[in-house]
Formats: sequence, structure tokens, C-alpha cells
Amino acid sequence: MSLRGAAVRVGGRTLWSGVDLEVGAGEFAAVLGPNGVGKSTLIKVALGLLPITAGEVRVLGEAPGRAGHRIGYLPQRRNVDPSLRIRGIDVVRMGLDGDRWGVPLPLPVRFSARRRAARDRIAEVIDLVGASAYAHRPIGECSGGQQQRLLIAQALVRGPELLLLDEPLDSLDLSHQGAVAALIGRICREEGVSVVMVAHDVNPILPWLDQVLYLAEGGAAAGPPREVITTETLSRLYGTPVEVLRTGHGRLVVVGGGHRAAGGGGHGHHPELG
Amino acid sequence: MVTTLSLADTYPAWSWNPVTDLRAMWAFPFMVNAFRAGTIVAVLAGVIGWYMVVRRQSFAGHTLAQVSFPGAACATLLGITPVVGYFAFCVGAALVIAAIPRAGQGGSGQEAALTGTVQAFGLACGFLFVTLYKGFLGGINSLLFGSFLGITTTQVTVLAAVAAVTLTTLAVIARPLLFASADPDVAAVRGVPVRVLSVTFLVLLGTATAATSQITGTLLVFALLVMPAATAQQLTARPAAGLAVSVLIGLVVTWTGLIAAYYSPYPIGFYVTTFAFGMYVLARLTRLLAQALARRAPAPARLSGGAA
Repeated sequence: MSLRGAAVRVGGRTLWSGVDLEVGAGEFAAVLGPNGVGKSTLIKVALGLLPITAGEVRVLGEAPGRAGHRIGYLPQRRNVDPSLRIRGIDVVRMGLDGDRWGVPLPLPVRFSARRRAARDRIAEVIDLVGASAYAHRPIGECSGGQQQRLLIAQALVRGPELLLLDEPLDSLDLSHQGAVAALIGRICREEGVSVVMVAHDVNPILPWLDQVLYLAEGGAAAGPPREVITTETLSRLYGTPVEVLRTGHGRLVVVGGGHRAAGGGGHGHHPELG
Repeated sequence: MVTTLSLADTYPAWSWNPVTDLRAMWAFPFMVNAFRAGTIVAVLAGVIGWYMVVRRQSFAGHTLAQVSFPGAACATLLGITPVVGYFAFCVGAALVIAAIPRAGQGGSGQEAALTGTVQAFGLACGFLFVTLYKGFLGGINSLLFGSFLGITTTQVTVLAAVAAVTLTTLAVIARPLLFASADPDVAAVRGVPVRVLSVTFLVLLGTATAATSQITGTLLVFALLVMPAATAQQLTARPAAGLAVSVLIGLVVTWTGLIAAYYSPYPIGFYVTTFAFGMYVLARLTRLLAQALARRAPAPARLSGGAA
């Protein structure tokens, strides 16, 4: 996936412009920035749901929207409706053949090679995300982290070359954030799937990141994390003094310099300006 | 004493021999037609109702049911067969509801308000038609609460044809419709025409409602459209099994309702609704019990969860 000088306008307002990003095969890229800056819009542009107003976007070598079947997509959401009485395995199956018309013949599985292959693929991908224990439960009864794993399995089931994930860690508590981030990193490394992930906090995914795209009001900065998430780059991007601190465990903390009263606990953990 | 005698004269006695009883009932062509129509409607409503409950469009279904009342009243007023009125009004109302834009998160509240507006207007029109047609008041009860008397062979044929077309269409769109119902955003990206499917389903729901209200009456449509589907969803989370259970429950409550209504002086709508309600309560209790047992013994809980 590549963007060159890309700009987008939503409702007459230019959200971002001059965005250059190059995500190679099997690379993990994060899209960071404060709320309302157009991070999800970037995913929509990549899916071909929104046109760009300047520049060029190529997704898997094609124009956006042309490679839908080779992309796995996980939209931003809170949680699945708890009253939805559909099993996790059925939700994963929808990713495989949910867009097919007609109904399959109700033959026993052993008479149909295609159904056997489908069943095996679904079991394989559920096993990959570690959801085997609860895939037969109604998805509405699963916890947020379990739902997120099942939805990642749904996005993966057709063997996509590119995963577009919109804040998959957003609704999870801290321990699950780490585990799901590790899962996505492992899929990226071991299955060779490119990942573009919108994130609120860079720290859970930092160990796996190859590229970072930092969006701010009107501007953008892209590159390897150690070059982008620095005091100099972010200060230039925001046009105000920003400090990037590194904790003893290698975690990054972004502190807005203009905020004197930034004494609130945990405020600085997110790489955004409060 | 006098009432007992007259009841015994009017209503046949239940003999506790099913073969004799069924033979006695089916000796009358109107009972045969009632069983045929009931069976068609139970299958149709069971399948469409399952999708309606999954899609959380019960309120739209309720509105379509209410609109079938002015439809039938209007047709009677114009001197044509009520069947035409049922289908014309229900499908028309389905298209009106489909035209209401479903804009994101806040759209559902607006949709509910507009759907309710359509419903109130429909009921008011129905009452106007009934008032205009002066000799009609005797039939209003069966329009609202259902009747199994006087179902003609033509009506059964029409119901069968409508059910065949509706179920065939649903079979074609079954998988994309389920995908679009559970996960519209991802389905749209995968090329599923979410909007077209939503309109198509509302039209199918309109035809199913029109067919069902001819048996249960417009006020008790939910007895066959919602209750079997909701019961099935309590019992299983598998789509295929849920559809099958929903149809099965619909058939059981329709048949037992018909038999009970034939052998007693009370209306069929009451029996079908009561049996369906009873099954729903039983299903909920079963699930609560299963959950309580699962909490006490976690190991077998996973097995039962897998089988459910």
C-alpha cells in the first residue's frame, strides 16, 4: 500500500494533505494522531470508500476499492450487541463465504470437498487467533478481547495480503491489549500479511512496528518509529514544543509542552496532545 | 345446564384418539384448508421471523402487521378480495419504511419514530374504512384477532405461491443478508449490497406479514412471526438449527392451536399466541437453568455449549 502526496477533504474541510506512506509486503504500519484528525478516514480511503482530492493511492498495486477480496478489514467499533445470538464460528465463516449468493446444499460434510476445506480453514484460523475455546459460544456473550480475536479471525479467514485495522485495541483492557497486539504482530511476521493499524497508543504495538504515520492538523510525518516519534519531528508537526520521553522499559511518552498543568496521572501515556 | 348442552351440540367432542379426531376434523374441507394455510404460514413466518429477530426489525414487522388491517378493510370496502388488500398495503408500507434513510448510529431512533408514524396512520385509515363500510363490523374481530373459518382453496393456492416466491428469494440472498445483518460495515467492504438487501428483506417481511395476518389476525401476527423465532434463538445460536427450530415451533403451535380452536368455543388467535408464549417462557427457563448448571459445573458446560 502506498500514498504519495495524498490529501482528503471531508465536508469541505481538508483533513490531511501531503501524506506519503509506503508499506511493503509483510510490514506493520501504525497510523497515529489525536482524535478527529482523520485516522479512520485514511482506512476508508484505502478501502475505496472515500475519494482523495490530491495525490495518488495504490493498494496492493491497484486503485483503492479494486482489491477488496485481498484485504481483511476490521472496522472501529465498541462491542458486539450482547443479544446477538450468533456463534463466533458463524461470524468467522461470514468472512469466508458470507458474500456468496444462494445456500449450500445440505449435504453431509464428508460428501463435499469444498465444505470440508471451508471447515478446515475456519478451524485453522480460529486456532491461529487462539479462539478455539469459545468459538462455539454466541459472540455477544464473549468478552471484548475474545470478540476482537474472533473478528480478526474473520478478517484473516480468506488469507488476505493486507489487513486494515481501525483501533482494534481501543475497547480492550490493558492485559488484553498486549495479547491482541502480540497476536497481530505475530500474524504480520509469520503469515507475511501487511498490516495498517489505526492506534490510539503506540506502546502495545511498538515492538512490531516498521512504519509510523503520524497525522496532525493539516500535516503528516511518516517513517520508522525511531525517526518519527521524536521531540524534533513531533514539535515541528504540531508547531508547538512537544517532548518525547522514553521510560526504562522502552515505552514512549509524549508530553505536550504548552500544557503546564499536565499533572494528571496517566495523561501522557498516549502519544497525543491533550 | 343449558349452555353445556348447546356447547356440546355446537362443538365436537375430543375423543382422545388422535386418528379419529384428525379424521373427524379433516372431513370438513374448511378444516383441511385451515391446516394447509396454517402450515404454509407457519413455515414462512418461522423463516422470515428468524431473520427479523436477528436484524432487530421487530418494530418494522409490527408496523407492517398493523398496516394489513386497513389493507383488508379497504379491499372489503372496494368489493375485492381482502387477500389483495393485505399484500398491497403490506408491501407498500414496506417500501415506505425502506425509503427512510438509515444513517449510522443515530438513524435507528429516527427510523423507529418514522415507522411508528406510518403505523398510527395505517390504523387510523383502517378505522375510517371500517366506518365507511357500514355492514362490516361483524368481520372486524376476525381481521384483528384471526379466524380459521372460511379459508378458500383459492386463498390456500395464493398463500402457497407467495410463500414459494418469498422463500426462494430468501434462499438466494440468505448468506449475504445474514452477513449484512450481523456486520454491515465489513459486508459492504466485501461487496455485499447492504442497502439493496435491506429493502428486499423489508418487502419479503411485508409479504410474510400479509400472509400471516390472514390466519392470526393483524394484532396477533407476532404469535407466528416473532415468538417461534425468539424461542429458537433462546435455544440455539446456530443459524441453520435456529431456522429449523423456528419453523418447527411455528408448526406445532399452529396445529395445536387449530385443533384446540376446533374442539372449543374460543378463538384460534388466543390458542396460537398462548402456546407460542408458553414455549418462549419454557425456552427462557431452560436457558436460565442451563446457565445455572454451567456455573456449578464448568467442565460439562463447554460440551453443552458446543452442542447448543
